[in-house]
Order: sequence, then C-alpha cells, then structure tokens
Amino acid sequence: MKSLRYREALREAMIEEMTADDRVFLMGEEVGHYNGAYKVSEGMLERFGEKRVIDTPIAEGGFAGLGVGAAIVGLRPIVEFMTWNFSAVAFDQILNNAAKVRQMSGGQLSCPIVFRGPNASARQVGSQHSHAMEHFYATVPGLKVIAPAFPADAKGMLKAAIRDDNPVLVMESETLYSLKGDVPDDQDAIPFGVARTVRQGRDCSIIAYARMTHVALDAADRLAKENIDVEVVDLRSLRPLDEEAILASVHKTHRCVIVHEGWPYGGVGAEIADRVQRLAFDDLDAPVLRVSQLDVPMPYNAKLEQQVMPNAERVVSAVKRVMTRNS
Amino acid sequence: MFLIRRLEEEAARAYAMGKIGGFLHLYIGQEAVGVGACAALEKDDYVVTTYRDHGIAIAKGMSARAMMAELYGKKTGCSQGLGGSMHLFDKANGMLGGHAIVGGHIPLAAGVAFASKYQDNKRVTLCFFGDGAVSIQGFHEGVSLAALWKLPIVFICENNEYSMGTPLSRTVSVEDISLKATGYGIAHDRFFATDVEEVEQRLGVAIKRAREESLPSLVEVRTYRFRGHSMSDPGKYRTPQELDEHKKRDPLVLGRQKLESTTDKAALEALEADVEREVADAIKFADESPEPELSILEGTTYDGAFAY
Repeated sequence: MKSLRYREALREAMIEEMTADDRVFLMGEEVGHYNGAYKVSEGMLERFGEKRVIDTPIAEGGFAGLGVGAAIVGLRPIVEFMTWNFSAVAFDQILNNAAKVRQMSGGQLSCPIVFRGPNASARQVGSQHSHAMEHFYATVPGLKVIAPAFPADAKGMLKAAIRDDNPVLVMESETLYSLKGDVPDDQDAIPFGVARTVRQGRDCSIIAYARMTHVALDAADRLAKENIDVEVVDLRSLRPLDEEAILASVHKTHRCVIVHEGWPYGGVGAEIADRVQRLAFDDLDAPVLRVSQLDVPMPYNAKLEQQVMPNAERVVSAVKRVMTRNS
Repeated sequence: MFLIRRLEEEAARAYAMGKIGGFLHLYIGQEAVGVGACAALEKDDYVVTTYRDHGIAIAKGMSARAMMAELYGKKTGCSQGLGGSMHLFDKANGMLGGHAIVGGHIPLAAGVAFASKYQDNKRVTLCFFGDGAVSIQGFHEGVSLAALWKLPIVFICENNEYSMGTPLSRTVSVEDISLKATGYGIAHDRFFATDVEEVEQRLGVAIKRAREESLPSLVEVRTYRFRGHSMSDPGKYRTPQELDEHKKRDPLVLGRQKLESTTDKAALEALEADVEREVADAIKFADESPEPELSILEGTTYDGAFAY
C-alpha cells in the first residue's frame, strides 16, 4: 500500500498501460513538454518520447477526431482535454464519431479510446470554465462515463478505461488532483458499473460521485452530530450505472438524496431519481431529492459561487427535509 | 464507372418505389473521381468519405450486393442494415465510411493516417469531401494536424459547384479551393474529373507523395452531379442549360468513347451485359434478404456488455 495523490494515481495508470501496450499513446494540449496543465502527465514525455506523448495545437475537434480515426484502425489513444469545458468544441467527434462508428459500421469497427480531463467547478473560473459535462455524455449510448472520487479508483478505473474496447470518458476534478489516498501496490483494473458504499448508515442514502462524494461524506459527519445516520454510495461509474447498489441502499434506508455538480434539468440526478421511483417505489418514505448546481451559469463571485455549487450545507438541509417526511 | 452508374440508377428507381428510405445522395456524374482515385491505391489503403459514398465504396471493392442490401436496410448489407445509404463501411476493403456530418470525418481520416504512420505500415488514406465542407472547422483542424504531423493522407475536395443548393460563389471567398493548402504549407493540385485516367494519374502523384514521403496533399477535383443533392432536391437553383452543358462532358460517356478506340466492341458489350447481370442480382439479393432483428442493436452499440 502506498499513498498517492489523485494525479499521481492517474499517471501511474497511464504509465503502466503504456508500458504494457505499444498501441496506447497520450495526446493533448500541454501534455508533453509542459508536463501537463495540471501535471497529470509529468515526466511521461521523458519516459515515452514524442511518438507516444504528443503535444497538440489548440484544436480539440481536430485531435479528438484524429484519436477516433486512430482507434478504429488499431491504436488505443488517450486524449486529454485540458478541461472538459473544452470538449464542447469536440462534442461532434464524441457524439457522432466515437459513439456511432460501431453501429454505423454494423459492428465491424470498435473505438477503443479514452477521453479524460478535469470536470466541473474549479473555483472562481467563471461560467465558461465551470461546466459539469458528464450528463451531456452519459445520455449517449455507445459511450461509457466514469467519475472516480479517490486515488485508488482513479488508477484502477483509468487502467480499465484504457483496456476497454469502447470510448470511455473519464471525469476527473481539478480540485481532487492533490487529494491523497491509499493505493494498493498492485492496484489492477477496476471494473465499471460497481458502486461502493463509502459510509454505512440507516436513515438516508446519499448517492454521489467524484468530488461530490467528499461533500456527501462531509455532510454525513455533520448529520451524525445530530444523530442522523446516513449512508453514502459513491457511484464511481455513471454509464454503466450500478442500479442494484442504489436500490439496495434505498431499500435499507427508505430515503434518497442525490448530489451532483451538474445542473438539475435532465441531469444525472434526474436519471437516478427516475430509476429509484420506478424500481423502489414501495421502499420510499419520502420524495427523492436532488442537490445540484443551482439552475444558473456559474458566477465568478466567490460567495455566490459557493452558494451555486452543491455544498455540505445544502446536502444536510436536503437530508433533513426527507427525514421529516415520515410515512 | 458503369457499374456505379447503373447501381445508382436502379437505387433511384427503388427509392421511388419505397424500397429505400431516408436520404439517398447519388454520385451520378462524379464517378470518375472515386474510380480514378481508388485505381491509384493499393488494396490495403484506406478511404474515408461523406454521405455521397456509393461510388467510392464500390470503387474500393465493396460488392454490389452488400451495397444494395444496405440501401434496402437489410441484414446482409455491409453495415447489417444499420447504417443505410450514408454509412457504407467495409473494413476488409479499407472502406471506413460513409459519414454524414459535413467535415466531421476529416479529422477522423487524419487519425487513420496517423495510425498508419505510428504503425509504419506504408498505407495511404484518401479523405473525400465536398466543396461545402471547406468552410467548417473539421476541414481546417484535420488538414492542419495532418500538415503539422506530416501524415500520409490525400485530402480530395470533390468540388461539384454546389453545397446542397448554394453555389460556390456564395459560400467561399476564394473560388480556388486548392489554394487553402498554401496556408498549411502542403502540396496542392486542381483539375477537372472528365477523364478517369487523368484522375488516376494526377491523384497518383499525391498518393505517391503520401506513401513515400509521408506528406499530405490537398487536391481539388472539379466535377458535377447530374442529380439533385438528394432525392428530394428538384435542383431549381441551376438551369437546364447548365446541366446539359455538363452532361456533354459526362465522364462515363467520354470513358466509353475512349475505350471504343482501343477495345473490341463485342468485348465492351459483354462487359456491360455482365454489369447489368450484377446489378439485377444485387437488386434481387437486396429485395429477398432478411431484415435485421432488434437483438442486433445492443452488440453493435457497445463492444462487449451493454453499458446502461
């Protein structure tokens, strides 16, 4: 067991998979000579050379599409977006090419590609740099979307993403990159679609992922002081989604609060709420609530930003609301 | 060229009868581009093209049966009936689509060429697109990256003078599209596709440059489509006189005339009769083939287990 930062865990995953498989390469803005905008790829250019650690111009649509083309004829690209915000200009490549080429070709082609980078808010970077993009992508059949919250999961799930024969989108977080955590020395690939209960509890289930898992755990600590015992389920993967784990937790607690950084309208929370009401209707003692970014673009002002982002106070408040709705 | 022309004429007929749905973009008039280009390729080379893809698919080696069955939406089609007219794929023959977002396939094609360079397999990629694609981001980013990384690719702009119903004069500021290559520092060429052998020879130069020097080129091949943009387009934006002028330079007619001077008439007619049999067989095959089942969809969405 060793202690690694989240960014180091991602780097180890890439280094190990690139060492094991010559077809894997890393491409993106500033990934090479600059050592990564957030230092995730630090030292990788030196280790693998310019053939496999490739600095790109600022052309997300171009290099995302180039990655898809390379993937359908036998390579296994890792495409880094400096942030997922910039994937908006590559959305066509992900939606129309990466996700569709298998079906359009009647199953002749596969697209083993990883798109990765930091997602959601990064503190006072304004509306254009604060998007939580995961629900735009998780809605698309043909894509897989993962959002690890801890270094060990980041490593194991990125390894699985690189080995997967489908397009996998890895939602990291700028505010998690320095987070330290235990990572087993032999951490291998972690399969997708398996959530983890990171805190056991009786009274209410909080469903979260990525940075919101930590917000949920913070809220759980605060609630414990008021004798409210919540369970926290870290989804880890959004598509595939571990429906069974969500339902099992709701079956146990009878209450459900979903926490995510995206907007509420049609977001990941809406998807989970649909499944819970549809599949666990008889288990519920209260309506399913969502704690999300408020339904506005992210403001720059620090105080306003804190209020717009989902935070522990709002999670505590949501849990209390469902706790007072006794059947 | 004759096989492509006849297959598409029959496809248009089948479309009118309701046997083919959705969009059908015919290549009629442009056949010399795809046929000349593919004649200059090796079997292992790749092509990536737009939704006007029937001619290039056949020229790259797809069978008439696989193409027609795909148009009919049948399980025996090249894409098992899931792609349709706009998404013809034939991996074994290096035909990598059949893409229907204008310009979106150009970076993808650059990626195919990137893989060839990475794997050092000496394969060349041809990327076809229309004059309507040169205003969009995908064209510029794809060409820019291919130039920057010296990828073995030939970008072929099939300039048929109209992006759907809008003439070139109202879509580009510089009419000579091949000049866009100068901004990226790559070689360029520009010519009319009236003689299929000239197309083969002129594109052969760019293909050789890609294969031997790993350098991209932009080639503007000027052509004309005799039918509308798609089957629903009556083509009111151009005059009958303009169309007639172009039909006088029909590359298929000119190609046959050229062959008549060097080939025995009976042999030519026998060849044409073979084509007619092949077309009739493809139509019959497509008509009689089964439709794909719903169960095919999960496995063609994800490789491996479905992700829900």
